[in-house]
Amino acid sequence: MTPRDPALAIRLEGCAKTFADGTKALAPLDLAIGAGETLAFLGPSGCGKTTLLRLIAGLDSPDPGGRVWFDDKEVTPLPIERRQVGMVFQSYALFPNMTVAENIAYGLKVRGEPRDRRRTRVAELLAMMRIEALAGRAIDQLSGGQRQRVALARAIAPRPRLLLFDEPLTALDAKLREALRLEIDGLLRKLGTTAVYVTHDQAEAMALGDRIVVMNHGRIAQIGTPHEIYHHPADRFVAEFVGLMNHVSGEIRDGWLHCPAGRIPLDRETAAGQGEVMFRPETVCLAGTGETHLKGTLAASFFLGDRTRLLVDGIGEQSIVVDVVGPVDLPLGTPVPLRIQSPAMAAKGST
Amino acid sequence: MNVGTWRMGRGTNTLAFVLAAPAVVVFGAFWLLPMARLAVFAAGGQLGWAAYLAVVTHPRYLESLISTVVLSAAVTAATLAIGGIAGVFLSRHRFPGHGLLVGMLTLPMAFPGVVVGFLVILLAGRQGLIGLLAQALGAGKLVFAYSMTGLFLGYLYFSIPRVLLTIMAAAEKLDPALEEAARSLGASPRQILQDVLIPGLKPALISAGALCFATSMGAFGTAFTLATRISVLPMTIYTEFTLFADMAIAAAMSLVLGAVTWLVLALARNATGAGVAAAA
Ligand SMILES: Nc1ncnc2c1ncn2[C@@H]1O[C@H](COP(=O)(O)OP(=O)(O)O)[C@@H](O)[C@H]1O
Ligand SMILES: [Mg+2]
Repeated sequence: MTPRDPALAIRLEGCAKTFADGTKALAPLDLAIGAGETLAFLGPSGCGKTTLLRLIAGLDSPDPGGRVWFDDKEVTPLPIERRQVGMVFQSYALFPNMTVAENIAYGLKVRGEPRDRRRTRVAELLAMMRIEALAGRAIDQLSGGQRQRVALARAIAPRPRLLLFDEPLTALDAKLREALRLEIDGLLRKLGTTAVYVTHDQAEAMALGDRIVVMNHGRIAQIGTPHEIYHHPADRFVAEFVGLMNHVSGEIRDGWLHCPAGRIPLDRETAAGQGEVMFRPETVCLAGTGETHLKGTLAASFFLGDRTRLLVDGIGEQSIVVDVVGPVDLPLGTPVPLRIQSPAMAAKGST
Repeated sequence: MNVGTWRMGRGTNTLAFVLAAPAVVVFGAFWLLPMARLAVFAAGGQLGWAAYLAVVTHPRYLESLISTVVLSAAVTAATLAIGGIAGVFLSRHRFPGHGLLVGMLTLPMAFPGVVVGFLVILLAGRQGLIGLLAQALGAGKLVFAYSMTGLFLGYLYFSIPRVLLTIMAAAEKLDPALEEAARSLGASPRQILQDVLIPGLKPALISAGALCFATSMGAFGTAFTLATRISVLPMTIYTEFTLFADMAIAAAMSLVLGAVTWLVLALARNATGAGVAAAA
């Protein structure tokens, strides 16, 4: 075994992208990816995730002035062939004219690795991805999940210094997505390779990313750990995009937001005046005998197995979403007393 | 329930029959009958069934057959190379005037062979552009319109548009991620061509090539206009038919032309191992 290269750190400086047709896909941005880190790009379709990934890969170059660094080396002018990156695509992009084993061996073959070394490495990867039985199969005889395993093995085979994933699980059904996501997670931890993972699925980004880059309209809205993104969203867009968020407006005074339905505790000193607060559905519970913060009426209830989701009217402009553990047996229209268990965030730049 | 299934079954059967009937009629009326008639007719001359043998043994006929096959093969190869490269390029790159250029390139499809022949004469004939240019440069008068080269040029001219369109359609369907994946793995442009592009375009290349070959084998108008020294098979058939009134030989040659075309296409298809029908 060759000793593993130390993981690669990546830096982008002032990288913007304007396409030939004038589309401004990315505003100038800076970004640093730590060695061995898995960074997730999260955002709605069309926000520029793929474009940013392609700049890192070397499939596109940034507008003049933008620079890409791999460790201390500037790679801006280098095409993808010379960057030693592995890519996994949503469409799998397996070569249909080659078998599974030939696909996995392709990166080694074009590099002129001798046949026996190729064979050993392919066997290693088939075992790693648990697809030994598929070695001789044609690509069109594989299921979607099997295809993505092969694509993963093909990308890893030449020991790339950076792994890039562009929505690799989007084309798969929910169950398979979950299983493969766990597998990719285990693989990335084992390999220790620096990785960038593009997805529009917040659960995937939260589970895989050491840090998440939330993107909106070609800009970075927030960079942070999944915890930071979820509990301290930088703005309303991030708050809405990652998980469900309740909004209530009223008058802020003495660390509380007062509204006709009651009052909500705030997590920090906030200047008095009209304002808006946000809180997650799981931070609210039915008040029972304890202190009651808010009173509303039950508009709907959905039993989700592990919890029950209630929609409560009469508090905010829109129904408040409340997730409570276990079943709830209340008729619709009943008044429900609610307690906020952890202080709510004051919304910045509320509109 | 049962009744429903039975009805449905009968419905599809009836539908299949209704759809198949015209196909059977067309096949019988326009293929089977004329071919059988032609086959028997060819044997009705002085030579009898030996007419077929004469077509492939008589030096003049054989030479005509061989030069037609060689010409068609060369035209097919050149067309696939030129049309393939241009088609992939045009499907990958959008630029101002793209649509207009594609439209212009496909215009020759509508030209009859006579017009194509005329264009070749204008270009490489006795008063042709190339000749005048060569003369001005002191290279002597260059005239090749009436040779194999002239024919080749003319055939190329009407073949490229068809191939171009087929390749463009196929290249547009090819997932660009395939090429990007190969590049990420370190493949050179030559390796990408060999491992991704050509395999991906193979069905289109084969069907376009088959169409191009068959069209070239049967092309008549261009050869007729150029009145070339080499006689391609359709010209020989025409000569036998009009000049010598040897209808039997002409008929035998027609069938041999068809059979040889079919055979070459079948061989090419086997050699490339693809499941696409040599449609023509
Ligand atoms: N080759 C291109 N030419 C012009 N516009 C493009 C091109 N690729 C992407 N875009 C545009 O750039 C924006 C960002 O696209 P993309 O990075 O693919 O978004 P995402 O991956 O987040 O869905 C979109 O508005 C898209 O239409
Ligand atoms: Mg994308």
